[in-house]
Amino acid sequence: MAKQYETVIGLEVHVELATKTKIFCGCSTAFGGAPNTHVCPVCSGMPGSLPVLNKQVLEYAMAVGMALNCDITRYAKFDRKNYFYPDNPQNYQISQLYLPICRNGKVEIETADGAKKFVGIHEIHMEEDAGKLIHDEWEDCSLVDYNRSGVPLIEIVSEPDMRSAEEVIAYLEKLRMTIQYLGASDCKLQEGSMRADVNLSLREVGATEFGTRTEMKNLNSFKAIANAIKGETERQMDLLEAGKSVVQETRRWDDTKGESYAMRSKEDAQDYRYFPDPDLTPIVVSQEWLDEIKAREPEFRPEKMARYKAEFDLPDYDIEIITGTKRMADLFEATTAICNKPKKVSNWLMVQTMQLLKEESMDAEDIRFSPEHLASLIELTDSKAINSSVAKEVFEKMFHDDIDPVQYVEENGLKTVNDEGALRKTIEEIVAANPQSVEDYHNGKEKAIGFLVGQTMKAMKGKADPGMVNQILKEIL
Amino acid sequence: MENLLKLSAVELSTRIKNKEVTVREAVEAVFAQIDKTEETYNCYVTLDREGALVRAQEIQQQIDAGTLTGPLAGVPVAIKDNMCTEGMLTTCSSKILYNFIPTFSAEAVLQLEKAGAVVLGKTNMDEFAMGSTTETSAFGATKNPWNEAHVPGGSSGGSAAAVAAGECFFALGSDTGGSIRQPASYCGVVGMKPTYGTVSRYGLIAYGSSLDQIGPICKDVTDCATVLEAITCHDPKDSTSMQREDTDFTSALVDDVKGMKIGIPKDYFGEGLDPQVKEKVLAAAEVLKEKGAVVEEFDLALVKYAIPTYYTIADAEASSNLERFDGVKYGYRAKDTDELHQMYKRSRSEGFGPEVKRRIMLGSFVLSSGYYDAYYLKALKVKALIKKAFDEAFAKYDVILGPVAPTTAPALGSSLSDPMKMYLGDIYTISVNLAGLPGISVPCGRDDAGLPIGLQLIGDCFQEKKLIRMAYTYECARGQFPVCRAITEKEGR
Amino acid sequence: MANVISDETIEYVGILAKLELSEEEKEKAKKDMAEMLDYIDELSELDTEGVEPMSHVFPQHNVFREDVVTNGDDSENMLKNAPEQKDNMYQVPRTF
Repeated sequence: MAKQYETVIGLEVHVELATKTKIFCGCSTAFGGAPNTHVCPVCSGMPGSLPVLNKQVLEYAMAVGMALNCDITRYAKFDRKNYFYPDNPQNYQISQLYLPICRNGKVEIETADGAKKFVGIHEIHMEEDAGKLIHDEWEDCSLVDYNRSGVPLIEIVSEPDMRSAEEVIAYLEKLRMTIQYLGASDCKLQEGSMRADVNLSLREVGATEFGTRTEMKNLNSFKAIANAIKGETERQMDLLEAGKSVVQETRRWDDTKGESYAMRSKEDAQDYRYFPDPDLTPIVVSQEWLDEIKAREPEFRPEKMARYKAEFDLPDYDIEIITGTKRMADLFEATTAICNKPKKVSNWLMVQTMQLLKEESMDAEDIRFSPEHLASLIELTDSKAINSSVAKEVFEKMFHDDIDPVQYVEENGLKTVNDEGALRKTIEEIVAANPQSVEDYHNGKEKAIGFLVGQTMKAMKGKADPGMVNQILKEIL
Repeated sequence: MENLLKLSAVELSTRIKNKEVTVREAVEAVFAQIDKTEETYNCYVTLDREGALVRAQEIQQQIDAGTLTGPLAGVPVAIKDNMCTEGMLTTCSSKILYNFIPTFSAEAVLQLEKAGAVVLGKTNMDEFAMGSTTETSAFGATKNPWNEAHVPGGSSGGSAAAVAAGECFFALGSDTGGSIRQPASYCGVVGMKPTYGTVSRYGLIAYGSSLDQIGPICKDVTDCATVLEAITCHDPKDSTSMQREDTDFTSALVDDVKGMKIGIPKDYFGEGLDPQVKEKVLAAAEVLKEKGAVVEEFDLALVKYAIPTYYTIADAEASSNLERFDGVKYGYRAKDTDELHQMYKRSRSEGFGPEVKRRIMLGSFVLSSGYYDAYYLKALKVKALIKKAFDEAFAKYDVILGPVAPTTAPALGSSLSDPMKMYLGDIYTISVNLAGLPGISVPCGRDDAGLPIGLQLIGDCFQEKKLIRMAYTYECARGQFPVCRAITEKEGR
Repeated sequence: MANVISDETIEYVGILAKLELSEEEKEKAKKDMAEMLDYIDELSELDTEGVEPMSHVFPQHNVFREDVVTNGDDSENMLKNAPEQKDNMYQVPRTF
């Protein structure tokens, strides 16, 4: 009988922090600049330059640590991790090995089947990101851009507590949600602001010792992570079944080919000669400081969900969608605070907004319209100043171009015509022009009235209140 | 006309202020001396005659307009070649930086420029400040102006020799294990290493980051205090830079040491110390005693452990600090290398000299897996003990007095063959760096061969003023130190 | 000499430090390194039980900068130092 194996997984998750500047210099972290234009002597490793820590990086790291139930290290330091690679301009990366800022955390995860469990956080440390290497096929060389060099990262190292791809995804979702809610990062896997390395080993069910693990890199979507876990589990199982042993190594996952390969070279000794960076002073964290950061902690998703239920009496489905991102929840709360119509705000967000986001493949982060404008739009529809189809049109305009709905409706003459005399006149003309429909209606075909309403709306260029049109039509007929 | 080169920096600036001399005349006088002696002594890696003359004119205008009134206004200065100077070649006397032009200037250089000093050029040094003779420079050795068959000391040998030879009025050096004090001693000038964190390290190309400090090399103690006052600042770009209040160092130029307590460590006068050096240093102690200081011998613990501790820490930090020299972003890249690691290895192996490679190898080894605790961490613990030993000493004494180096300047070519022996020469200077203390070297005599001998005074952290007061008092009692013949020869012929 | 440095060690440290020594340099390095390590081994005579390793001399801590952009684009001057460059980037031998 074949042996039963258990997959043991631990994660190293790198998260790019949402600071304006790099971790050790005043260069911008903005995306999209021309190569090497967000670069200074510090982040390009110029001789004589020195690092100075960005305080916001430390505060974000501590906030994440507290949200993940970690102990915050009261005396922390930075260490140098020494290795040569062209994307690493100093040929050492400033990181934390001996005294990382957070340790000993845990998060509760819930898988799709409703099972709950805790995943332990071994530590969180701060470090600098590397630059970008671009491969130039034409010249058969590589080119280095240091714009990303020195962008602040935290690395969240879990305990080997996960047993399946589902648990891994649930854990990552939980991290992402927590960190987004803190505003510490946008956590986009595709764009690399959240990156996960998977440490995976197998052991026989019931065994207490861990097997030999491999580390897999280059996983930039939940799908790639799930595929890589499946692929690596099978690869290791094949090795063990064949009586071979797993080699402890770093492997690179190729998601298009669906396979991984070892990243090894003689020149890569994996001996990083860590030592405390003499250019940076230690970090001393007081209780007051921790209290201050704790006080700034936002309401996280579970509390928010409970509150929306109690305070706004929204359906669970609405709550699920609206609290799915902090941006959406913030927008909901701000708009509701203005117009005090939670369900209507919720409808606009979870229907029209979600639909447009999907169509444009945008994230909630990219929403541009303001709560004030959404509230105005709701006000316009509620007061019947515009009808619902005009409202949708205005919303689309607002979504794309951030226009002011009141002004837009005014300028484009989209207000519903409430002049009954004029409306009645138009309807009389429509009725006169469509005797067949009138006859059908009198013959009991209720649907025929819909056609007449449509014709009237068309004639009114959509600016009539459909309820009023209906009422007048019935009177005439 | 008087020989301007015999003037101190402060004397020169007074003459300039009184319109007896122009800045241009001062700069030209120095370049005339350089034309005469530089070929012999090789103090400089780079000279910027044109830039200096343009700068001289700007400074003169500011002085004339009354906007520049400080004691260094218009004074020509030389900068050690491990400090970045914007737009001016900065090599660390290494082939690996043979063409490096920094995009910014070191904070200490900026402070001097603000004070109105005129930068003449960059002085020769031991490659990456690793050495005690200035012979490890990729651009040839510097010679001692007192006797060109001897070394000027190192690693700031070019700076010290330039001051002694009148090729500048003062210079900046850097001191990681004695690199200001020892060449100052060998060249008969005054050199001071301030408390760690006093002068910004921003723009100083690092050797041992936890030990490196920039400091002045000058003709006398007054200049030294003046220059230190000018370059001291709290720099937010250097995390280890200190916020200090007591930086009016010139206020300590007081001829009085009555009641001050001097400790003489017995271990500094034992085996290995040249008898002539010993005699002159102890004579200097006697002078201070006559001036009213209380002099006592004591046992300073752990002296012999300072060298292995120092080399473990300095080389480990250096191995990491020098990783950035890889042929990618600046400096030397080996030709015909199409594989990355081959490019790294060949660029570094061809770009670094033997002493630098030796220290990188040792430093990498002591940090490598399995050795970190036994070597590096152990050294950091001993460093803590050494610091404690000094704390105990300074609980009893205001100043510790001893020699700077065991001998006077050795002959050229006699040191490099035995690195261990060369390292032992650092015994009296390196513990000062380990403990972050200030130290000053003041000329206190010459040996039979006419080579200068230096007296070292060591103070507790942030006690530069005590050092300056004592050094100044000694200098007043000693009287004028002979001017190096490199300067006086001009008058004779 | 108590410490003996093997060829493998020199080779290994060469990989870490990216230094390629000639045969002659290797022999000298083995001798120099062994001699220095013997010397450093003298530190083991000292009892450092319970002594906190001192990486910084002064108890200075919490030196920070605020999260404000202060740097502009200086790539032109910086890239002037590059041994090889292309399209405003540093050019290196291919890395894969």
